[in-house]
Amino acid sequence: MAREGTAGRTDRACIERPRVESVRTAYGETLVELGEEREDIVVLDADLSASTQTCLFAERFPDRFFNMGISEADMMGTACGIALTGKTVFASTFAIFATGRAWDQIRNSIAYARANVKIVATHGGIVTGPDGASHQALEDISLMRVIPGMRIICPADAPMTRKVVRYVASVDGPFYVRLIRPKAPVIYDDDTPFEFGRAIKLREGRDLTIFTHGFMLWRCIKAAELLEEEGISVKLFDSHTIKPVDTEAIDEAIEETGRILVVEDHSRIGGLFSAIAEEVVRRKPVPMDVIAIDDVFGESGSIDELLEFHGLTPENIKNKAKKLLER
Amino acid sequence: MSIEELKEIAKEVRKDIIRMTGLAGSGHPGGSLSSVEILVSLYFKKMKYDPGNPGWEERDRFVLSKGHAAPALYSVLSRVGFFPRDELWKLRKRGAMLQGHPSRVHTPGVEASTGSLGQGLSIANGMAISGKIYGKNYRVYVLLGDGEIEEGQVWEAAMSAHRFKLDNLCAILDNNDLQIDGTVEEIMDPYPLRDKWHAFGWHVIEVNGHEFPEILSALDEAEKVKGKPTMIIAHTVKGKGVSYMEGRKEWHGKAPQGELIERALKDLE
Ligand SMILES: Cc1ncc(C[n+]2csc(CCOP(=O)(O)OP(=O)(O)O)c2C)c(N)n1
Ligand SMILES: [Mg+2]
Repeated sequence: MAREGTAGRTDRACIERPRVESVRTAYGETLVELGEEREDIVVLDADLSASTQTCLFAERFPDRFFNMGISEADMMGTACGIALTGKTVFASTFAIFATGRAWDQIRNSIAYARANVKIVATHGGIVTGPDGASHQALEDISLMRVIPGMRIICPADAPMTRKVVRYVASVDGPFYVRLIRPKAPVIYDDDTPFEFGRAIKLREGRDLTIFTHGFMLWRCIKAAELLEEEGISVKLFDSHTIKPVDTEAIDEAIEETGRILVVEDHSRIGGLFSAIAEEVVRRKPVPMDVIAIDDVFGESGSIDELLEFHGLTPENIKNKAKKLLER
Repeated sequence: MSIEELKEIAKEVRKDIIRMTGLAGSGHPGGSLSSVEILVSLYFKKMKYDPGNPGWEERDRFVLSKGHAAPALYSVLSRVGFFPRDELWKLRKRGAMLQGHPSRVHTPGVEASTGSLGQGLSIANGMAISGKIYGKNYRVYVLLGDGEIEEGQVWEAAMSAHRFKLDNLCAILDNNDLQIDGTVEEIMDPYPLRDKWHAFGWHVIEVNGHEFPEILSALDEAEKVKGKPTMIIAHTVKGKGVSYMEGRKEWHGKAPQGELIERALKDLE
């Protein structure tokens, strides 16, 4: 059942000096391409178009862009209405306001009706940084995961973001795409395919499997390298699709490594860790552990300070992995 | 305290805002600078409170609904003695008392946790309702942004403040005419403000939000109004006092750095 081959860069150059690129700009640029190709693309934002980069679409297609003001609930409802006339609608704001402020509109107006709305939210996770708890979405994945039929994707870098945005535009119905504020290390090249629901294997290994998504991928690549130096062989998956989670990859991890560590910039309650644990207990329980945000609110700080504080560092991932091997 | 003294304090608060956001390397100077005279009027003249006993039950309450103006609030709170001034220079650093947006569990003197726009008026209503039920004489003040009032919740709260006759509540609107993506008129056009609030049953006063005598007399007038809440529409300039920031949306959420800090401080002298 093991899946053949690996993808993505795990070489020294990428580990030591990664090229970084903005996933938000990748989103905005892809929207412009889609706008050129398709008349039916409409984009909405809630007074954050420079941050989400939907401003690029707004400049090019002012007639198909609507700035809804600071009114997220109204934006989601309006997105739904436009979608129900047969259009493909992208609605963007920060992750916390998209999923929190407008949760009921997403659940009742959009998801229940299977409206063709793509919620692409930026500023996911603790890496949102100095703005603090009010702006750090640490529970957005949980909030979206619990909505029936909602599909959730969290791309790790700019090349993957471009593919994900194109993918969600090509498939009917609601999606939640989580992007982050900082520039992300580039792991994939333009030819790495995005397959919805299918995690990307970056490393082959025997001793344990690490699952991660988004900004943490590069740190996990680094951690896997540190573990390899100590003779520990790590299988590493980029679980970009969080819902539906890749059960084949989970089976492979259970059968071939028997131990699973999940690393994510999100609350440990309801995110990828929960998604995988829910499957593991129903299949064949194996020792698991997690490095994520504990049951606490975020706080202000620089990205590095916050990652360090929450243990989201290659060094800590290595240590957690070694402890997991002792169980 | 004389108007001259208040003006002097406002100048110092503006300098704090520049230094704080400058040191933090991020934050929101524009909307902090526009709200300075309003905050100084409340904390140095109008409100009763006790910095030594922040939980004093009879105190007047202030809710910063436009939470991103936290630097202005923090400067004022430290200047009236809620916490030492050293804290100002740790704004937005990990473990700091002063979070990027106001948090009542982190900071003495902060009454409500805000930052997600559009929620503060409801919170203020709750404080005012409680004051009425339990026979307290405190007043409740809340500062809103003019972009912020695009949130539907604000208008839900506007209705209930009228329905529950909250004459112990006074809202102030920082009408600097800018939000993030443009002028409020371009983005959602919430005008005419006076007519809207009036139609929702509020007593409405308009003032120049940088003139102490006007702000102070409006706050006094609000106190005399019976049976309904008051909205003071304060006409302000975003980035007020710093030439290169005034009226410029670019300075909504960006901190001055390097030479620009010096230029701002010079402007404020
Ligand atoms: C619910 C919510 N949506 C979006 C934001 C992001 N945001 C922060 S400030 C701001 C603009 C605020 O404009 P305004 O209320 O006019 O404030 P001011 O001009 O006084 O700074 C926005 C959209 C937020 N903090 N909360
Ligand atoms: Mg404004």
